[in-house]
Amino acid sequence: MHSSTPKPLKILNIISILMFIVSLGLVFFYAPREAVMGEAQRIFYYHVPSAWLSFVAFGVTLIAGIAYLRTNDHRWDRLGIASVEVGIVFAVMALLSGMLWARPIWNTWWTWDPRLTTYTILLLIYFAYLMLRQGIEDPDKRARFGSVYGIVGFISVPITYFSIYLWRTIHPAVFGRNESETKMSMEPQMLQTFIFCNIFFMVLFVTLLWHRFRLESNTARVEELRMRASNA
Amino acid sequence: MKSYLQAILAIARKDLAAEIRSRELVSAMLVFSLLVVLIFNFALDLDKSARENVAAGVLWVTFTFAGTLGLNRTFAAEKDRGSLDGLLLAPVDRTAIYFGKLISTLVFMLLVEAVVLPVFTVLYGISLFNISLFGVILLGTFGYGGVGTLLACMAAQTRTRDVMLPILLFPVTVPVMLGAVRASTGILANAEWGEILTWINILVVYDVIFVAVAVMVFDYLIEE
Repeated sequence: MHSSTPKPLKILNIISILMFIVSLGLVFFYAPREAVMGEAQRIFYYHVPSAWLSFVAFGVTLIAGIAYLRTNDHRWDRLGIASVEVGIVFAVMALLSGMLWARPIWNTWWTWDPRLTTYTILLLIYFAYLMLRQGIEDPDKRARFGSVYGIVGFISVPITYFSIYLWRTIHPAVFGRNESETKMSMEPQMLQTFIFCNIFFMVLFVTLLWHRFRLESNTARVEELRMRASNA
Repeated sequence: MKSYLQAILAIARKDLAAEIRSRELVSAMLVFSLLVVLIFNFALDLDKSARENVAAGVLWVTFTFAGTLGLNRTFAAEKDRGSLDGLLLAPVDRTAIYFGKLISTLVFMLLVEAVVLPVFTVLYGISLFNISLFGVILLGTFGYGGVGTLLACMAAQTRTRDVMLPILLFPVTVPVMLGAVRASTGILANAEWGEILTWINILVVYDVIFVAVAVMVFDYLIEE
């Protein structure tokens, strides 16, 4: 039965919390103040891992989608939806933290540079994924359609990024300054903090994904029991 | 192979015949397109030079919205009348349904575009009769329809139906919009060919990749 949390997950919970506390200490006290950007630079320690892990999450959904279509095993589908939700959380965190960083540094909340624009489109694709799933009642159909859209959505991102990038380099940004040229000086303590925060986020990602996956498995089990009870 | 092509053409012919008889879809798409052009006229108060800059953009937004109408109808009608089951019983590769639907959708979209272009020329005072432009419109419509047919098949089977398609379609077809608008703008402004070719390449790459993906996954969308 999958009702109680497995031991490795409990350990992961504790490790995640501990790493979080340590990361706070590292980010705010151990890492030195950055020369060019000042205190605002500290956001990077959380912003960067959050961003790239959201990509990993959506990549997991791509693989889970392909695997589901080939095996028809619903566990792949549960992994897919769990990964999308965790990915969206990480992506929203990345976007918000990015905006908080941009305001003091670039003096604007938002720019339409290629990376940011593509990232927003990516987020919209996965919101659409969630909405698609919500509109389907049959679990088999839901899993199939989710898998297909997860594949189509993920594949579109590189082409979208490339075309927006091309557009912006041929017609440079209308905002005058080239924001992506912001420089940052890196010292060893900053690198250590950065690496630690990346590892922390990876642990956090696995922990959250596992929890969400178990939630989906348990929900499916409840549904199954409910159907069996109503048929009996 | 021959029966595969025959199946595709049969499906396309069926949709076209149904449309010729009722004339609902194309007229709806047409009127809608003209309304969109009209609304843009009020929304963007443009002088002559500004109009030239945005003409391609307005054109493609019009095509996109009208295309959504056409795509919605392609599968919704089948679902409602239950004729999808009949199609599935046919002893032919399921992807023939995809191509058949794609062809009929393309025909409808191209028909609408063929009427909108002269109207646009008159209303905006910009000549749109250009072979290269026709080529870009063809490529863009093909890419949009290719992904649209796949996603319309999914959207038609959800609860929220018509609303679902744009939500699924628009984020994924950004390269088509960008490529088509950039290439069209370049052609209308007589820009150098190298630049325009880059965008046409993007359209071609997109079309190839996504029609290939659609063919690979379409089976999974209509099994019962």
